[in-house]
Amino acid sequence: MARFLLDPTGERTIIERVRLPRPATLVGQTIGLLDISKPRGNVFLDRLEQHLVELGAGVRRYSKPTFTKPAPVDLRHEIATQCTLVIEALAD
Amino acid sequence: MSTPRLPDGFVVIVKEECETCRMVAPLLAQFEVTVYTQDDPHFPPSVSPIHDADLSVSWHHDIETVPTLIKVMEGIEIDRTVGWSRAEWQRITGITHLGDQLPVFRPGCGSMSVDPDLVDSLRARFSGGTLRSRHIELADLDDEMEMLFDRGLTDGLPVVPPTEERVLRMLQGTTRAADDIVATVPPDLVPVTIEKVAINAVMAGCKPEYLPWVIAALEAVCTDEYNIHGVLATTMPVGPVIICNGPGTRAIGMNSGVNVFGQGNRANLSIGRAVQLIVRNVGGGRPGEVDRATHGNPGKISFCFPEDEVGSPFTSLATSRGVEPGLDAVTVFAGEGPRCIVDQKVRDPESLASALAASLRTLHSPKLVLGFDVILVVGPEHARVFAEAGWDRERVLAELHSRLQIPGSELVYGAGGIADGVPEHLRDVTLPKFRPDGILLVHAGGGAGLFSAMIGGWANGTIGSQPVTRLVTK
Repeated sequence: MARFLLDPTGERTIIERVRLPRPATLVGQTIGLLDISKPRGNVFLDRLEQHLVELGAGVRRYSKPTFTKPAPVDLRHEIATQCTLVIEALAD
Repeated sequence: MSTPRLPDGFVVIVKEECETCRMVAPLLAQFEVTVYTQDDPHFPPSVSPIHDADLSVSWHHDIETVPTLIKVMEGIEIDRTVGWSRAEWQRITGITHLGDQLPVFRPGCGSMSVDPDLVDSLRARFSGGTLRSRHIELADLDDEMEMLFDRGLTDGLPVVPPTEERVLRMLQGTTRAADDIVATVPPDLVPVTIEKVAINAVMAGCKPEYLPWVIAALEAVCTDEYNIHGVLATTMPVGPVIICNGPGTRAIGMNSGVNVFGQGNRANLSIGRAVQLIVRNVGGGRPGEVDRATHGNPGKISFCFPEDEVGSPFTSLATSRGVEPGLDAVTVFAGEGPRCIVDQKVRDPESLASALAASLRTLHSPKLVLGFDVILVVGPEHARVFAEAGWDRERVLAELHSRLQIPGSELVYGAGGIADGVPEHLRDVTLPKFRPDGILLVHAGGGAGLFSAMIGGWANGTIGSQPVTRLVTK
């Protein structure tokens, strides 16, 4: 008789998403910089913003309420609708 | 499988092995009756019995004792008696002198359908279709233990293979339906059913009576307040620490005494392990993926223990958190491994409070304040020092907090030659090591040893993780 065990996982179907193509230029792009609210993340993002602006990109700044939890859905929606690219900063 | 319909009239279920059945066998030829036999297909020879070979009739009609006499009308049971009671058999059959020559009463025997050696396989055969989980087929040469490792379904130790029989037995530990949703488990945010909890509880080594504790702890860690996503993702070495309270801890044999955090007690270890296996297998929280701990700690396999309430001079942790005394509850805390606090010379409470406070001050770093909570597990010998002086929970905590007020000059960046600390503008301020409810006092441990223990927490409050208490219900 066939033996079987019961699957202990959530039996999720993984949705695979294709990455967007790498942009040819940063000129004219709107780049979101997401500060996850760890100490000194702003230092890192300030320098990034400076470089990106010099390269001709527009920059918008965002921050998560706390680094310990995923970004709230409203914030993710805001970034997705306002930006063409996003950079998320870890820190310490 | 649907319930087999019983024929109208009288039905008796017997087995030849049962002395009471053999005693009543001659009576079965004296009236119109359908006889089902569980063992010998020809018993009793005086009638033409139907062999309940797969025990389907017995199982579906909840036969616990043989003989059982049932009266059926239009396919519906309207009366039954178990064993031999002359008065009951005469009443149900309406035959005045039935069995007059037999004793007034004789108890029956256990039905084969509730035989402990058979009941799990019968439950799987007749109730297995109620489970929804995908079947993982094993090839003839597959080693089930190795297959579970290969699929990444264990925490690094062998698990009990979750067969249908074992999972159905586990589900007997709760009154909740198998498809009932318990929580949504981070980080993958997957709804988890009672059935999936039971599968992982089997794997962890739980007994069915532990299942309500696993369910309550899982509900607690999956709250926004507890924030298991962050507890997993942090580089700090924390995981769910589960503190159990209430008489149920003793009923299921948990250990609150000697070696309370250590090896050797099935309930302590398997309840905590089950919660972690669910986070891993259902929620997708695996080390090296979302779990980014720099070091982790051995308690991330399992860290669950009960408070010693019987020997405690203090109100319990659960009571201090609003649970009515006498009820069962779990409190979950994002904690690291335990650390011993030694004071073997102490005989007075002031000195003991100072010794405990001095160790508590070093939690994570003597330069860090207010960001982390702690569980203080007071051992029985230390607790006795407080009890003899009449110090209750509130007094102990107040004395500790008063000793943990630290001058800002000792805490600012660079003080003591240590870079970390608080901003310079706090130099002239006195800061508490812990927020007002940041010390969770618990009584546990063996009766010998003037020791206590501290279990450091993670980022506290709404920014990180807050302790969560949930009632345990069957």
